[in-house]
Amino acid sequence: MLVLRNLFRHKLRTLLTALGIVVAIASFGILRTIVDAWYAGANASSSARLVTRSSVSLVFPLPLTYAQKLRQVDGVESVAAVNWFGGVYISERNFFPQFAIQAPAYLAMYPEILLDDAERKAFYTDRQGAIAGRKLADQYGWKVGDAIPLKGTIFPGTWTFTLRGIYDGADKTVDTSTFFFHWEYLNESVKKAFPRRGDQAGLYVVRIRDPDQAAAVSQAVDAMFANSLAETLTETEKAFQLSFVAMTEAILVAIQAVSYVVILIIMAVMANTMAMTARERYAEYATLKAIGFSAPFVAGLIVAESLGLALVAGGLGIAITFPLAYAFADAMGSLFPVFFVSEGTVALQLGAALVVGAVAAAIPAWRAARIRIVDGLRAVA
Amino acid sequence: MQLPFSYIVRNLAARKLTTALTALGMALVVYVFATVLMLAAGLQRTLVETGSDDNVVVIRRGSQTEVQSGIDRRQAAIVESLPGIATGVEGRRLVSKEPVVLISLPKRESAKPSNVVIRGVTPEGYALRPQVRIVDGRLPRPGTAEVIAGRSVANGFRGAGRDETVRFASRDWTVVGVFDAGRTGFDSEIWGDAEQMLQAFRRQGFSSVIFRLADGSRFDEVKAAIEADPRLTLEAKRETRFYADQSEALAKFITYLGTSISVIFSIGAVIGAMITMYASVAARTGEIGTLRALGFTRTAILTAFLVEALLLGLAGGLVGLVAASFMQAISISTMNFQTFAELAFSFALTPGIVAASLGFAVAMGFVGGFLPAARAARMKIVDALRAA
Repeated sequence: MLVLRNLFRHKLRTLLTALGIVVAIASFGILRTIVDAWYAGANASSSARLVTRSSVSLVFPLPLTYAQKLRQVDGVESVAAVNWFGGVYISERNFFPQFAIQAPAYLAMYPEILLDDAERKAFYTDRQGAIAGRKLADQYGWKVGDAIPLKGTIFPGTWTFTLRGIYDGADKTVDTSTFFFHWEYLNESVKKAFPRRGDQAGLYVVRIRDPDQAAAVSQAVDAMFANSLAETLTETEKAFQLSFVAMTEAILVAIQAVSYVVILIIMAVMANTMAMTARERYAEYATLKAIGFSAPFVAGLIVAESLGLALVAGGLGIAITFPLAYAFADAMGSLFPVFFVSEGTVALQLGAALVVGAVAAAIPAWRAARIRIVDGLRAVA
Repeated sequence: MQLPFSYIVRNLAARKLTTALTALGMALVVYVFATVLMLAAGLQRTLVETGSDDNVVVIRRGSQTEVQSGIDRRQAAIVESLPGIATGVEGRRLVSKEPVVLISLPKRESAKPSNVVIRGVTPEGYALRPQVRIVDGRLPRPGTAEVIAGRSVANGFRGAGRDETVRFASRDWTVVGVFDAGRTGFDSEIWGDAEQMLQAFRRQGFSSVIFRLADGSRFDEVKAAIEADPRLTLEAKRETRFYADQSEALAKFITYLGTSISVIFSIGAVIGAMITMYASVAARTGEIGTLRALGFTRTAILTAFLVEALLLGLAGGLVGLVAASFMQAISISTMNFQTFAELAFSFALTPGIVAASLGFAVAMGFVGGFLPAARAARMKIVDALRAA
């Protein structure tokens, strides 16, 4: 009761401090969610899928003949060729991932891509057909039947596709901002224009029967193509996705570091508030001690006040993280295809609020507990 | 009549812990603000300085980067014979036809693979880029599997150091030298003999053609000649422009993210300043009454408290800026989204960033101090004196 009364003694100060904590905890949450979004691709990957690509680097393709050889490897269920298209939609600002896929095989490997049967059929029967994720279609206002022109950067020319379907994700971890079209269409057109560049796949997605065999299958594949003109590197889909994350690790580390800086800032602000509050009340604490309350009780008063404030404001901060994250994802469009606040983030936010409350109370509580009654009664704020 | 400056400073000194904590909050915000701007500036400087204004880069139309581009020998020969290209020693035209590919190499520290640019150069390629100097070892002999590595690559990737070997395209390549390109983008590349590279990677054509203009001001004519030629499906850019374009997306991303983060963080610091200043006003109510009774005007009181807040902000800003300036010693290596290749760059502190950071700090002090100062100035003399 006393703690509660104390909190409302300086209404403005309490309010301002609380506001600061709300902002800090919410922005901490958003930053953590950005980091999570970076790992979204890796987290959504399946352990039953492997990726085979050129061992030199991703810009080197593999011959189409590898598909048949891959299928013969023990433990391999199916194989699909995939090419990164890297086209430009209207202007370079509109970036979204585009893949040429061997559609039936690829979509069978990704059951989390939900496409209704009529649209699936329409896509399979139209060589120039394409499908887009719900988020992507919403962003550009595409409807089934629309013609979508892409200007190729890797494959020259303007390519026009007809949107035959819009897919959804089985859950919110599925990226629905990708554009897929037929690998066969790409290959035929490339063959006509640049015969030497035909019949080549950027990479192969390989589905294996038993996820426990991933390492063995990977080794078997790479051994098969060792010392050939196009040596391969096979790894699980997760490892493949993580290799992309690793390339931008410096930025990721910076964002993570910065997310802790905001906690430090609010810690300084809150510590200041508690220090001022306690200083003004030394006389009271001395009085409390004089009438027989123990030192731990006095310290407890300050700690309870600090923790209470931090937790209530932190809770509010967590609550507003959700609408904020939603608005942020909306504004960012397809840059962060998968963007949601995870339970881990909420737990971290709660932990941060607790730490801020505890640290801010530490010095004032220690001082108040140690204060000599005579000095305390004499103290002026 | 103004209140003396020393009165203001002493007020700050009177509550050391509070002043220090408030300034610390602002210092952290300014630190984040300044480092982010420094990072974007460093990235831009690296890529802008990579290019030279008189050099022209020719790539396939629409391909954006050298790695995605492809120029067959026939088209390269047409470009080579264009008028307006400078001649170097021995009367040879300053044109370099270069294959550029990415290979993935493990990083020295983490063993995680990242993409490195491999560039095949011709003797003219070195003449076109005078900023490239060998700092350790020697140039590769033409026609051999010898390469030289940029400083950042040599330090950052396994096998890329002097006398080590890197394996790519089914061959081992010996690193016979390390070059310094004056902190430009070339520091993040590996160079070898162009024809050797073409053979090793089984390429029929080049990625880009780079040449020096005899007269830098006639770029538009040369560009028009290339882009109007029906035999060529190419585009030409000044080398400076070409590399500046490549830094655009990443620099924008860093700046946007960083500024929005700083602005949000500053709310916390401003609140800290406000709390401190309100407390400062409340504690000195009697004092303010006395000052007013002595004849100091409301404006003088307002100014005094405002200056106190501005000083608080300035102190925080200076501390943050000093901390940020140490970041200049650090070099960052990350993937550039646009080229898909690793690029090393460092934090660059420019006068503009110093001004922006201090301005930001003072603005935080102003916003945090204005309301409390206004409250102090609005007090009635009688009430204030009675409160004491």
